Amino acid sequence: MKHLKIDNLHVSIGQSEILRGLSLDLPTGQVHAIMGPNGSGKSTLAKVIAGHPDYTVTSGDILVDGESILEMEPDARARQGIFLAFQYPSEIPGVTIANFLRAALQARLPEGKELEATEYYAKLYEKMDLLEMPRTFTSRAVNEGFSGGEKKRCEILQMAMLQPTFALLDETDSGLDIDALKIVSHGVNSLRGPETGMLVITHYQRLLNYIVPDFVHVMVNGRIVESGTKELALKLEAEGYDWATEPEAEAVAV
Amino acid sequence: MNETQTQLDIDREKGNFRYNVDYEFDAGTGLNEKTIDYICDVKDEPDWIRKFRKDALKKFLEKPMPTHWASHDLENIIFDKIRYYLSQGGQKPKKTWDEVPEDVKRTFERLGIPEQERKFLAGVEAQFDSEAAYSNIKEAVGKQGVIFMGSTDALKEHPEIFRKWFGKVIPTGDNKFSALNSAAFSGGSFIYVPPGVKVTHPLQAYFRINAENFGQFERTLIIADEGAEVTYMEGCTAPKFDTATLHSAVVELVALRGAKIQYITVQNWSNNVFNLVTKRGLAMEDAEVKWIDCNIGSRLTMKYPGVVMKGRRARGEVISIALAGDGQHQDTGAKMVHAADETTSNIVSKSISVGTGRATYRGLVKIPSHLKGCKNNTECDALLINTSSRTDTYPAISVRGTGNACQHEASVSQVSSEQIFYMQQRGLTEAQAMSLSVNGFVNDLVRQFPMEYSVELKRLIDLEMEGSVG
Ligand SMILES: Nc1ncnc2c1ncn2[C@@H]1O[C@H](COP(=O)(O)OP(=O)(O)OP(=O)(O)O)[C@@H](O)[C@H]1O
Ligand SMILES: [Mg+2]
Repeated sequence: MKHLKIDNLHVSIGQSEILRGLSLDLPTGQVHAIMGPNGSGKSTLAKVIAGHPDYTVTSGDILVDGESILEMEPDARARQGIFLAFQYPSEIPGVTIANFLRAALQARLPEGKELEATEYYAKLYEKMDLLEMPRTFTSRAVNEGFSGGEKKRCEILQMAMLQPTFALLDETDSGLDIDALKIVSHGVNSLRGPETGMLVITHYQRLLNYIVPDFVHVMVNGRIVESGTKELALKLEAEGYDWATEPEAEAVAV
Repeated sequence: MNETQTQLDIDREKGNFRYNVDYEFDAGTGLNEKTIDYICDVKDEPDWIRKFRKDALKKFLEKPMPTHWASHDLENIIFDKIRYYLSQGGQKPKKTWDEVPEDVKRTFERLGIPEQERKFLAGVEAQFDSEAAYSNIKEAVGKQGVIFMGSTDALKEHPEIFRKWFGKVIPTGDNKFSALNSAAFSGGSFIYVPPGVKVTHPLQAYFRINAENFGQFERTLIIADEGAEVTYMEGCTAPKFDTATLHSAVVELVALRGAKIQYITVQNWSNNVFNLVTKRGLAMEDAEVKWIDCNIGSRLTMKYPGVVMKGRRARGEVISIALAGDGQHQDTGAKMVHAADETTSNIVSKSISVGTGRATYRGLVKIPSHLKGCKNNTECDALLINTSSRTDTYPAISVRGTGNACQHEASVSQVSSEQIFYMQQRGLTEAQAMSLSVNGFVNDLVRQFPMEYSVELKRLIDLEMEGSVG
């Protein structure tokens, strides 16, 4: 078992503090969901874990198996098993999905070892079939001209190919139609297992019917104000966040 | 990680090595009538060439530096300090690699030329400083009547074809550097393809500068007779010196009726080289001239391959990729001169500026009003890697008359930090991410290169990007 630990994390961008003492434990084998109002810092959390250079960690720590990863470059973190499915994935003009994933996998191999092309394509096609993506996608440039839903599906394809230890899914459900939601959830579920820990950020309880979380956290104003089981998501769906944003709610924050 | 870098470093420096060579023939520094006499004597050239060179020298001295529109960096070329003719093993290139002097042979072996020749080329000429050390054409190709030899040999052995076209596509006084080349030229290729002959594999020339304070002035003339087809590729490297090196070639192409010439350049100059090259093709009726030009390296490159479409339905094309690394200036473009009805031209130019690198595109498209049914398409796209990078576009399109069409598109894009972060998040290093972005940007053009060259090109881009970060 591996362990991703966020320890009393404070993060700023410029002068403004966005994460204000956030703690979270994510062991492999578990799925945690994070819900929270717009602007509460969910994407910030995901990007800081991945090592985005715009954010400054002012105090606290992010540890994998007890070792701080704060000094690591984003690519080193990725190769160590951290994967972020972006809320807004970037386009990479002219670089095909097949070439991109190939380069990403090649980057994980030891010096002098070449990725085996036949095995690679077999795996790529298998994962595309799982996500019901047409083969023509392999030769399209990464995210270029993709619909919102296609981008999200492409993120999950990448996750399936890279088989991360810790997957951070930032609003992967937004932009997906109901059929796509089922397909993508199926793809995500097939990666669940004792080797993988997942952090699923979403606004909609509906997703959690398909990807059933072990824990649900409510994030408000850069902190986790409430944690519980999947029933907590139902409460949020029914009552919104008002109860959690009230001053006394902050007092019960972990 | 460290190991990767060392390995890549060696590769990026592929051309940056130098064996010590004794030069038997050396015209000394500076260019004057005496230098020209020395070159003519050594090469045992006919009188008309001596006169041609001396006339050119006058024009070169008369013409001002084109700094009123081009870079002032040109003023840093000190013509008196340059050596205009250097040759080691004499003036006659060898027909087998075994006969090539050991140190010169080692150089070309290290650059992979004999290996490429065996694999996929119809003929090779390998120039070392002023003269070709090796020149050979596959027997089968020679039997078809194809002539492939150095320009010095050609002007003596085939004066009837040579004189007819030499200096006709690019007159001596076209610009200061074409005049310089006409005065001091040595080396370069002459190719003649007889009517209807289609040379299936490319002919290749490799230009190697080895000496310091040196100027290389090769002169190439390619004639494809009616219905003939030929592809010519050139590669070039030089070691890095602290002093400036000059490379100033003139390349003339003649595609007679229905002929096709494709000219491919992948240059990888070290960044002390001033690369000032004039390239132009003449396309007669139904003929096609296509320049595929890839410029990596050099301190300053000025190069605007052109096509004069002289016959009806002639076609001209320039596909170019320029990569301006830190401290480099790629001033490139294309010239399309429509001189007959229904002629079509296409320009696709992509430039990449890295760090303080600067890419300039200059285009000239001329369609006079009396012509009908002419078309030009121009696309130029620039990619900036850092905020300090710079790109400029100067398109000069003069399309007159109502029956002619011209389409022009230009774009400037930047590799965003979000894009790099996205790619790093998938495990690629910053350099790998940039390199992949750049390769993506030029991808559609690279596909037009022969396989062997596109692999080489991709590798050169990787190495250039590897050097551009941290
Ligand atoms: N690069 C940035 N520059 C300035 N402010 C930023 C930046 N990134 C995030 N913020 C601010 O930080 C706060 C948290 O943003 P974040 O994207 O983490 O929210 P979120 O919880 O993911 O919201 P949503 O549910 O809308 O996706 C917001 O107020 C946002 O404007
Ligand atoms: Mg968000």
